[in-house]
Amino acid sequence: MMTKPKVATASLAGCFGCHMSLLDIDERILKLIELVDFDKSPIDDIKEFTGRCAIGLIEGGCANEDNVHVLQEFRKHCDILIAVGDCAIMGDIPAMRNNIPLKECLEEAYLNGPTVYNPEKIIPNDKELPLCLNRVYPCHEVVKIDYSLPGCPPNADIIWQALVALLTGKPLELPYELIKYD
Amino acid sequence: MSEQITFTIDGIEIKGKAGQTIIEAADEAGIYIPRLCYHPELAPHGSCRVCTVLVNGKPQSACTQPIAEGITVENNTKELDEHRRNLIDMLFIEGNHFCMFCEKSGNCELQAVAYRLGILAPKYPYFFPKKDVDSTHPDIFLDLNRCILCGRCVSASRDIDGKGVFEFVGRSIEKKIAVNAEASLKDTNLKQADKAADVCPVGTINKKRTAFAIPIGKRLYDSKPIGSDIESRRK
Ligand code: SF4
Ligand code: SF4
Ligand code: FES
Repeated sequence: MMTKPKVATASLAGCFGCHMSLLDIDERILKLIELVDFDKSPIDDIKEFTGRCAIGLIEGGCANEDNVHVLQEFRKHCDILIAVGDCAIMGDIPAMRNNIPLKECLEEAYLNGPTVYNPEKIIPNDKELPLCLNRVYPCHEVVKIDYSLPGCPPNADIIWQALVALLTGKPLELPYELIKYD
Repeated sequence: MSEQITFTIDGIEIKGKAGQTIIEAADEAGIYIPRLCYHPELAPHGSCRVCTVLVNGKPQSACTQPIAEGITVENNTKELDEHRRNLIDMLFIEGNHFCMFCEKSGNCELQAVAYRLGILAPKYPYFFPKKDVDSTHPDIFLDLNRCILCGRCVSASRDIDGKGVFEFVGRSIEKKIAVNAEASLKDTNLKQADKAADVCPVGTINKKRTAFAIPIGKRLYDSKPIGSDIESRRK
């Protein structure tokens, strides 16, 4: 039996909405698992890459150093890297902090916000926590991205059509109605 | 009777009238030339360069260039569309375009031209500039995060409303739209019914309490690309 190409997925600074949209391909998921095996992904909970992957799907931009690390790992292990959704493409909602200094954001979240209860006045600083970056970086500003599928989240059909085209070696031609930035 | 002028766009023979610009003659003939700052009711501003075509091989903005007998215009070419995509990409990264919560989404001309040109994502790094929002006016708000400096509001307010509510200030990357008032939009005599409140191609000048009235799927550019109305005039 021929081994199937592998697909890996990650959610960086995203909301998992793009992963939900992937699952929204409904019964086509059965066809998808005929076409591919899933490698590192929150869908199967495989934590480390087991080998080379044909396609990596990235949800979310880079908000902290762990996001950067995971994204670089994906670039290393995947032949084709796809930015899925507006967070991966342009930072989206997390990037709304990008023109506010990080210190101010943290102070608002942990000290000054109207609903904050934090009598010890501690801004989380455990060394296990990945450091926040000065701003949220869209994926293409960190590694080379081969394709982008816009949307918040992208429609299940655009994800499906892109995956099938790329896995079967066809050119990626997306119909007008599927390209949406919202 | 106005003098007839014959010329070609992408090899198609067009009969225009003397005094028309290339974009006017093309629109009448049912040929869409991508554009952003141009608005048929306003004096052409010629600033966005999205409408650039080749006239006898030289780049010209179709919204300002008058037609002339026998000229050859190239519009629908790979190179020109690539140039247009670059301009659109830059407009996206120079502002803060969060389409997912923008009230103009689906009816926005910037977004629609990007869709039509098949842009999946801008290729440049993002600026994330700090821009102002002015929500002081009871009926209209201004979100400069999305302004593409097309100048339509300036012309409409000055030439049609006779008010001069908007003006450009600053230069280069600092250039922005300002309101002609002591402090903010509430200090102007701008009204919802003004032309200036109607012509913004993007989600910068917005009428309050009108957003998200049209459901997704039924918005202007959800299923048909921008320019389809012009193309449907073609005989
Ligand atoms: S103005 Fe247009 S392009 Fe900008 S955020 Fe709004 S819908 Fe998107
Ligand atoms: S506010 Fe709107 S109409 Fe005025 S210059 Fe900006 S984009 Fe153009
Ligand atoms: S539409 Fe002609 S320059 Fe903008």
